[in-house]
Amino acid sequence: MSQQTSVLYDVPGPRQRRITLISSILAALLVVVGGYFLIYRPLDDNGQFSMDLWGPLVDPSNENFALVWERIGVGFGNTLIAAALAIGASLVVGTLLAVLRIQLRSLTARRFTGLATPLAYLLRGLSTLLAVVTRVCVEVFRGLPVVLTIFFVARGFPEFGISFDTLWYLVIGLTVYNSVVIAEILRSGMEGLPGGQAEAAAAVGLSPLQTTRLILLPQAFRIMLPALISQLVVVLKDTSLGFIISYEETLNIGKQIIGALGNPIQTYLIIGVLFIVVNYSLSKLAQYVQHRLARGRKTAGTPAQNPPPAALTAQAEGAGGI
Amino acid sequence: MNVLIDRFDVFAGGFWLTFQICLLAAIGALILGAVVAVLRISPVPPLRAVGTAYVTVFRNMPLTVVMFFAAFGLPALGSNADFLRIPLLDQVFSRLGADLPYFRFALIALVLYTAAFVCEALRSGVNAVPPGQAEAARSLGLTFGQNLRHVVLPQSWKASVVPLGSVIIAMIKNSALVGFFGVAGDLSQSADQLTSAEGYAFIPVAIGISIGYLIMTVPLGALLDRLEKRQAVAR
Repeated sequence: MSQQTSVLYDVPGPRQRRITLISSILAALLVVVGGYFLIYRPLDDNGQFSMDLWGPLVDPSNENFALVWERIGVGFGNTLIAAALAIGASLVVGTLLAVLRIQLRSLTARRFTGLATPLAYLLRGLSTLLAVVTRVCVEVFRGLPVVLTIFFVARGFPEFGISFDTLWYLVIGLTVYNSVVIAEILRSGMEGLPGGQAEAAAAVGLSPLQTTRLILLPQAFRIMLPALISQLVVVLKDTSLGFIISYEETLNIGKQIIGALGNPIQTYLIIGVLFIVVNYSLSKLAQYVQHRLARGRKTAGTPAQNPPPAALTAQAEGAGGI
Repeated sequence: MNVLIDRFDVFAGGFWLTFQICLLAAIGALILGAVVAVLRISPVPPLRAVGTAYVTVFRNMPLTVVMFFAAFGLPALGSNADFLRIPLLDQVFSRLGADLPYFRFALIALVLYTAAFVCEALRSGVNAVPPGQAEAARSLGLTFGQNLRHVVLPQSWKASVVPLGSVIIAMIKNSALVGFFGVAGDLSQSADQLTSAEGYAFIPVAIGISIGYLIMTVPLGALLDRLEKRQAVAR
């Protein structure tokens, strides 16, 4: 990327650098002055910088400091628990769903020649029907906002007399959405593999299920690892939606703190910084993994012949993770 | 299932409001995202740093936190986001001019958040243009602006249209959050209103609301799939 962007312009010479320096100092001054009059002054007039509001969050000698941070710790712990459960569940369900869709696809291509004609037609119809049903499910759950799946789960399950802890509503809601997304990531990874892989597996006598399990899936996981990690960042961010169904995660704790201390801006600032730190490290990890994979693939000498769809690779490169 | 017919006006109104906020946020995010993308690839180091910082902050923060910031931070700054009461626009999008500022706050949060992703989508498109193109343009003596305008951006458009589309789809889905931030009458808030306050059966309401979102997301997704397939063939 760095070499890409620098291609767009010449390396600035001494005059250009001088102009840049002077104008950025001027701009910085302008920003500072503007920030003082437009942001600092109104906030200060409201008393937003007073130690009453900041003290419990930043001053260890404050009486509420220990309690506040203990609560934030509890909330962040709950966020991580929900995220970990949702990630684990969506990986398992998503993998199963991807395998199922690939299997159904090969099943619909089969003609069942050894069987009596009506039976063969019945089986073919059945497999086509199943393929269509899974396809529709995937499209529907991929198109629904994750807020709504969480909300529907939390509202819908009690309607049928099933009730759990709010944690499980959140986990189920997140899993429904993310497993579908992960299934699509893995499926396009499998379909992007060179055709020779599946053909070779068939040639040595592996069944379709064995082919998927032993040959396609491990490679798809490897290729799609960066996209999978950025999906994990998404899950972690989406866990904050738990406040809608009043699960005790970071934002909900933040709300409680605000209710007690009346300092919304300060508390949300701290929470925002917490999220940024954790998610930034995760996306750095994704980048690192991608670099290592790129290097590994080069030395192994097996270029991907059909690269995965642009949207997914772009996601892996950092455009995704919404 | 009667609720779908009896209260069709609620569903239609919710759909219209969600559609409005999506349209406005998409326009805003595309403009702001393009500006941030230009900042990120510009020759001036401080501008690049500003762009990178923007993207890092907004990409790693949950939208929920951004919304809370808009809802608490802007009033503390003494602003009700009145600059969004654009005279002609608020005739069409009536909520823009409403006295309750939550629609405008939600819009600002959605735009700020989505712009970071739009920027990344545009930048990935710029990176997909072969370096030789920009080098050739430079060797012809084009400046940075000319280079972008005449050579790089027209070509990068093709590579960024699919990622941009997925960003917009994600934004439509994210817009469901505004119903929980005081914007009365959008699709997700209608779901809450109909089931808990007015006591309608849950399943039909859920189906109606889901259809409202699927109408927007599924055709867009199918269109993107087709575009992607066609591009794959063309390449």
